[in-house]
Amino acid sequence: MSGTSLVTARERALAVLGGEPDDATLRRYLHGIAGVDAVGLEQRAAGLGTRSIKTSSKKWALDRIISLIDLTTLEGADTPGKVRSLVAKAMNPDPADATTPRVAAVCVYGDMVPYAVDALGPVHGDPDDGLISVAAVATAFPSGRSSLEIKLADTAEAVANGADEIDMVIDRGAFLAGRYGLVFDQIAAVKEACRRPDGTSASLKVILETGELVTYDNVRRASWLSILAGGDFIKTSTGKVQPAATLPVTLLMLEVVRDWHLMTGQRIGVKPAGGIRASKDAIKYLVTVAETVGEEWLQPHLFRFGASSLLNDVLLQRQKMATGHYSGPDYVTID
Amino acid sequence: MSFLEYAPAPESRAILSLRDSYGLFIDGEFVDGRGTPFQSISPASEEKIATIANANQADVDDAVAAARRAHDRVWSRMSGRDRGKYLFRIARLIQERARELAVAESLDNGKPIKESRDVDVPLVAAWFFYYAGWADKLDYAGLGANPKALGVAAQVIPWNFPLLMLAWKIAPALAAGNTVVLKPAETTPLTALLFAEIVQQADLPPGVVNIITGAGDTGAALVGHDDVDKVAFTGSTAVGRAIAKQVAGTHKKVTLELGGKAANIVFDDAPIDQAIEGIVNGIFFNQGHVCCAGSRLLVQESIHDEVVERLKTRLSTLRLGDPLDKNTDIGAINSREQLDRIRELSDAGVAEGADRWSAPCEIPENGFWYAPTIFTNVQTSNRIAREEIFGPVLSVLTFRTPQEAIAKANNTPYGLSAGIWTDKGSRILAVADQLRAGVVWANTFNRFDPSSPFGGYKESGYGREGGRHGLGAYLSPASVTSAGRGTPRAVEAAASAASADEKPARRTRRPARPAKKGAAK
Repeated sequence: MSGTSLVTARERALAVLGGEPDDATLRRYLHGIAGVDAVGLEQRAAGLGTRSIKTSSKKWALDRIISLIDLTTLEGADTPGKVRSLVAKAMNPDPADATTPRVAAVCVYGDMVPYAVDALGPVHGDPDDGLISVAAVATAFPSGRSSLEIKLADTAEAVANGADEIDMVIDRGAFLAGRYGLVFDQIAAVKEACRRPDGTSASLKVILETGELVTYDNVRRASWLSILAGGDFIKTSTGKVQPAATLPVTLLMLEVVRDWHLMTGQRIGVKPAGGIRASKDAIKYLVTVAETVGEEWLQPHLFRFGASSLLNDVLLQRQKMATGHYSGPDYVTID
Repeated sequence: MSFLEYAPAPESRAILSLRDSYGLFIDGEFVDGRGTPFQSISPASEEKIATIANANQADVDDAVAAARRAHDRVWSRMSGRDRGKYLFRIARLIQERARELAVAESLDNGKPIKESRDVDVPLVAAWFFYYAGWADKLDYAGLGANPKALGVAAQVIPWNFPLLMLAWKIAPALAAGNTVVLKPAETTPLTALLFAEIVQQADLPPGVVNIITGAGDTGAALVGHDDVDKVAFTGSTAVGRAIAKQVAGTHKKVTLELGGKAANIVFDDAPIDQAIEGIVNGIFFNQGHVCCAGSRLLVQESIHDEVVERLKTRLSTLRLGDPLDKNTDIGAINSREQLDRIRELSDAGVAEGADRWSAPCEIPENGFWYAPTIFTNVQTSNRIAREEIFGPVLSVLTFRTPQEAIAKANNTPYGLSAGIWTDKGSRILAVADQLRAGVVWANTFNRFDPSSPFGGYKESGYGREGGRHGLGAYLSPASVTSAGRGTPRAVEAAASAASADEKPARRTRRPARPAKKGAAK
């Protein structure tokens, strides 16, 4: 998987903005986008959440959820052993059922990337081909409070170690202070740091940390800003701040992605992360994706779940559909 | 397989145990009607649901007599607190039987189960809870101390929200101490009859609520009955006008909630995604069978094309089909008659030069269906911009300035509701102030709450339902009503007698000031 080339991203941004991406130009553009009515947005999300997904649709949805998961461990206590365990789970989520699909990626801190790559072995690759990629959080995750040099070094190291995807955080402080140009430049620079010597590039997921942006108007502007600056994916949260992913926020980001696609023809991915633990909730996200941007977005290079405990709940539901009865937590493995 | 072709998710009908035939609910019992019974059918499949009794003049007499007895002997003498207890009990029973009522409503009316389940029935319970709370607080209804019930209320309701309209009528009437005779619409009597069962279950004194079924002549007999003190009607303007003529010159108080042709005004700074949802909800909610539906979309010319494109995209995701499927967005048209009217007006729109676009959806073989449709290039003089279609048909018009939007919005014989979509708060207030509509929604549409008065200007009717105002429509100030019923002259005479007799100290002091105020107006 490779992201869009940097040159086209910048050219596209200039064409859309009609000028250099400085604070003033970006402000004019981002504040010119139609506002968001919070009540209406939440009402629509709640409406989508009432879809009743049964029988064959549910079966398909559960398998699809698994194949869209970025199985994640982002703890201070992470060790090579923990990462190997996570990778084993990612490759073979349900040892009792060989038909279970693999997850899309494992998501780890940058220094854990070599262990993940090593553990994956031949299974390491593009999730669109049924393989598993390695995603690394970078840029002084989760706060993003460090110099650009450190953020770039962080990114470059993860890419050099074999990361296929970089999950960066935006500088929320700069964004809230109205320094859109700075946020833009940092995303563009990280995008550049995702480039490999052979000219290919790691895919860039831009984490907005919507829990710190607080308003839907901010989320919408940050989504546009991240896409303009060259992000391949926009991602809700680090998982370290509450609230993390919510259905209204994800719906809003999907609407931006839909509008961007209408305008430029380019497809951007969306990744809700943090707080999605139940199959039932994950199915609501699938419905929201399908009814907002279309079903073609339900594939690994356009939609992901950032989650850890979700996988086991999906496996339990899957077992229930196969056997007709619920088992229990001891019938799925911990990683 | 396409994920978006969601597997069928039908709500089970097993919860509903219907009888083959239903009688009239008079004096606490189901009795046979003396008219020729009729069938209630499911508009989604045209299958017969049940045989329904037809009330003739003699049945209407019985029902009104039962209501009169119950009023005079029981209900008007009961304390407000006790009346409230009954209403709370009814509200709880509605919640307990919510699923059953939702299934019955969708079956009989054709509306999607997600609406009957998530909107209609919860609002019905909310209405009874709200007015239950008022029953012992009538002194605060704004009519002075100790206001009195009017007596027997004749209530005739439409088919678009059968149970909800029943609640709008019955809850305030009972809270205020009236007894009622209610006639549901001919095509949707089922939930009213289930409500009669709830009334029995709640052990409401016999005769306080009477439900009679039948067609227009039954309604006319009820409204025209001499012993009725209050007429409340929701339905078409034509019938409303006939009722107004029928009761003119009598002592009967009247509330009419009639048609509408609401303008939904979208300014160029509107929150666009939510506005699209609001437009869809405004006209395609309940298949557009909503008197306050936002059937005229007034969109600022600068964003017209974008809005129409987005609307078409959104409408293409709506699911039309089995009302009992939990994923259905658009259900069946309530009757063949209504479907014919929608078709006729739609064709008139095309004939007058407007452009018709219908969402691509498969129309089931049986039943009455109409695909969500929008008309662009509509002129203010077109019939589809003037007449109430009462179906899933939206007419799109444009405007250039707020003044033009207001002028076009008000340029209708109706005045029930309106919507404003803009990010600018000051504009919401300024525009709402100049719209002649009973309800103005800002950045939302079709939201209802029991505490909010609802009603129209001009040909949309008079009187308000909901809130304190809705309660006032079933009350009289103490001095006037204690006279009871009779000819206007008798009421007047009795009223003056009462004011002289009953509370001389208060009454003598009062007249001077109000009279002066009245004169000043």
